[in-house]
Amino acid sequence: MISFNLLVLVSLAYVAFLFLVAFAAERRAALGKTGWLRSSTIYTLSLSIYCTAWTFYGAVGYAARSGLEYLTIYLGPTLVMIGWWWLVRKLVRIGRTQRLTSIADLISSRYGKSTVLGVMVTVLAIVGTTPYIALQLQSVTQSIGVFAASSGEAWMPRDFNSAAMWVAVGLAVFTVAFGTRNLDAHERHHGIVLAIAVEAMVKLFALLAVGIFVVWGIAGGVGPTLDLIDASAQSQLRPIAGRWIGLIFVSAGAFLCLPRMFQVLVVENSDERALGTAGWAFPAYLLLMSLFVVPIAVVGLDLMPEGANPDLFVVTLPLSEGRQGLAILSFLGGFSSATSMVIVATLALATMVSNHIIVPSWLNARTPGAVVSGDVRRVVVISRRISIGMILAFGYIYFRLSGGGTALAVIGLVSFMGVVQVLPAMIGGVFWRGANRWGAGAGLMVGFTVWAWTSFLPSFGIDAAISHSVFENGPFGIGWLRPQALFGITGLDPFVHALFWSMFLNTTSFMLVSILTFPNPLERLQGAQFVNVFDYSSGARTWSQSAAQAEDLLVMAQRILGGTAAQETFRAEAKSQGKVGFLPDVTPDFIGRLERELAGSVGAATAHAMIGQLTEGTIVSVEDLIAVADETAQIMEYSSELEAKSAEQERTARALLEANEMLTTLSIQKDAFLSQISHELRTPMTSIRSFSDILRDGEVEDDVRKRFAGIIHEESNRLTRLLDDLLDLGVLESGQVQLNLGQGSLADVLDRAVIASGADTGKLKIMRKPANEAVVVNTDLDRLAQVFINLISNAAKYCTSATPQLRIIVREIGGNTVVDFCDNGEGIPNESQSMIFEKFSRLEDEGKAGGAGLGLAICRQIMGALGGDVTYLPGQGGAAFRVTLPQTQALAAQ
Amino acid sequence: MSKPKRTEFLERSSYRQRRFRDGARLLPVVALVLMVLPLMWPRSAPEQSLTSSGIIYIFCLWMLLILCAYVLSRVLRLSDPVRDEEARTPRGGE
Repeated sequence: MISFNLLVLVSLAYVAFLFLVAFAAERRAALGKTGWLRSSTIYTLSLSIYCTAWTFYGAVGYAARSGLEYLTIYLGPTLVMIGWWWLVRKLVRIGRTQRLTSIADLISSRYGKSTVLGVMVTVLAIVGTTPYIALQLQSVTQSIGVFAASSGEAWMPRDFNSAAMWVAVGLAVFTVAFGTRNLDAHERHHGIVLAIAVEAMVKLFALLAVGIFVVWGIAGGVGPTLDLIDASAQSQLRPIAGRWIGLIFVSAGAFLCLPRMFQVLVVENSDERALGTAGWAFPAYLLLMSLFVVPIAVVGLDLMPEGANPDLFVVTLPLSEGRQGLAILSFLGGFSSATSMVIVATLALATMVSNHIIVPSWLNARTPGAVVSGDVRRVVVISRRISIGMILAFGYIYFRLSGGGTALAVIGLVSFMGVVQVLPAMIGGVFWRGANRWGAGAGLMVGFTVWAWTSFLPSFGIDAAISHSVFENGPFGIGWLRPQALFGITGLDPFVHALFWSMFLNTTSFMLVSILTFPNPLERLQGAQFVNVFDYSSGARTWSQSAAQAEDLLVMAQRILGGTAAQETFRAEAKSQGKVGFLPDVTPDFIGRLERELAGSVGAATAHAMIGQLTEGTIVSVEDLIAVADETAQIMEYSSELEAKSAEQERTARALLEANEMLTTLSIQKDAFLSQISHELRTPMTSIRSFSDILRDGEVEDDVRKRFAGIIHEESNRLTRLLDDLLDLGVLESGQVQLNLGQGSLADVLDRAVIASGADTGKLKIMRKPANEAVVVNTDLDRLAQVFINLISNAAKYCTSATPQLRIIVREIGGNTVVDFCDNGEGIPNESQSMIFEKFSRLEDEGKAGGAGLGLAICRQIMGALGGDVTYLPGQGGAAFRVTLPQTQALAAQ
Repeated sequence: MSKPKRTEFLERSSYRQRRFRDGARLLPVVALVLMVLPLMWPRSAPEQSLTSSGIIYIFCLWMLLILCAYVLSRVLRLSDPVRDEEARTPRGGE
């Protein structure tokens, strides 16, 4: 038989080993070597504190009593983890951006940094967790008792009690040593996390070892084990639909809401990517943990004597088979399960108690402004240590009071259902912006009350907390308030009954009150930041104008963060503002950031209250909210303006480029024109000079002289015309043109133009529709005729067709009279269309060009002066020009 | 004021990434349905044992889910350039 002292020795060695592991991890972290301490493997293993002694020992007992139902406790968390993309990812992101320290902090921070809600969740968590801690103490002492009994010592209740006390004290020491070392919860508890990761390995290994021993060592393989299962009484136990679904729901909710789970899942998470691994690895861990539960239960029931406690089969089976080493391993597994749960739960609860109850009360007890002088850091650390001691003491007292009876066995589920009351406020807060603190408070109150009445108090047993008559007839004889038959609905399983009513009434009142009440601005701001956490890289500001002094803030921050950390924060901020030294400008952004830093140590509500004392209550108002929204809107508007501007600049650049091209072309053409005009001027001048030389010498006959004089006359006419054109253009361009307004028929003007251009006698065939031309125009008729002449003679000169035609069409478009001149020649190539109205511009085909390239330029100037326009009309099967008559004249003509 | 631009159509890899995310969201829903399925098994014949088949069913399902979650964790990227745009979908203010 195994020596009881050996067991104690092994346990102590194991505990010492855990201390060493935690200590080494803290050392490594202090040196900055956190590499593998933050790995996803450690993270996944740390999640295993979900599997407490209740699952290590209790699952076998559960399977022995209810068959397959024990699986639901593992299926719920499996659902949550394989669906991490939905919710856990969001919680982790929120936890990091808001520097959450606990689930109470999440609720408090989301609902406007409300202290009251923080207190409510904290109380709920303590009430829900204390029995659970007692359960762990019970399982450890019971398993020690098994060894004691097997070594021949029959334990008295007094021995159980003292063992439980020693375990509690040891756990308190461990938690204080490694849990209150860092004040900033964001710095994480590497020592504790690594220790529970090691314990996770131990308990998995232990349970697997026992399971393998049972299946292959006792039952004789998989097939015989399955036969044994089918032959057992458990095979007749069928899952009850309501319980099955309800238990999956409760375990999934508890996985998220249990303070210790929130601690490891969100607060201790240092890398979102670890979630991907934990998403499959943690379900795999749960699978392994539950794989051998039924075989152990069935074999245990088969082999162990009648009346043996199935909760302890994991230890008693190996012992009865004489496998003492395996039994000790199994004991260490259960011990690990219990201790890791108690350590983390105590730590999480202590953080909540200190941040939401002790520190706010301490702050309230002091006069405003005293934060600066008080040593907050010490207060927080001491309050956490006291809280740890208190919570373990509660657990121990509960253990003593409950007498370690069977009542504890059911407390696991009751406790789960209690913490799940936080779920509606949590899910609602993360996904619904309309959720507010009144709703959350109402939901928590109602849920807590219903849970306490229908589940928690009845769990102590009939006549323990609630008398038998109340069970039968309801309080004060009110039948519909019977704890297990609310509203007269009887026949439901008590668990399903309590779960349904508490969750239904909780959720309904949460939503209804949220809909009917109005949140304060800070809540709305926080709500937006929580729900849209992936949109915000850093939190929006929660402070408006501030009266706080940088020095006061620094003094306060030092009290909480510690000197070095606070100074580093301030120096970095000053540097980012472009200042030297430790005192940055106190901007709302800076205060917001500082508040989040402090929140990592003392919780959002306390940090907000402390900063509030220094900034003299200048907190965010609706106006500030709207200002923030306006700023965003302005930024968006500004960026769209910029976009428009850049598009405009692009357009301008394109126009400039075109203008430049045109200028270059024009400049080339001007050079060509200059050489041409000098040529044009020189040719007549040369003939004039030479003929006048001959005439001056006087040795010519009369008829020859006459002819020469005629040539000179003609040449000087040509010169005059050219100069006239240039002069005309100059006058038109300078805008000094004199108009002789008169009234006449458009047909007359066209007739004159056709005759004057000489087109009626040439090859060009002119087609007109006189009926359309009966329009009276009121303008400078001579100038208009000049334009027409120009266009007609251009057609006569440039139309390349063998049978040149010119259609002159008069029509009315949009109230304007337009005259189109369309010939059947080649037309003007695309690239030249923009050039033809420019001065000096001519098409390459200069051979036929008699003019100097001024005609169309003059036309455009004339029409501009008259208030009309002349444009090139593409796509008419030849060169086509449209003369638009000025509108006033056309109207006047009617 | 113009709305911020939002990509309507994505390139191939980003498109796949979005579908993987849909898969990640779908997985727990399907899992829940399959977990509840044993409740609908025939339960009339008392001599017919369901426990061993139930165990085999649940554990096979469990392993399948772990496998799916594993595959998803390999292909899902936590952030890619388009993610921010997805998040920036215009929302009604509240």
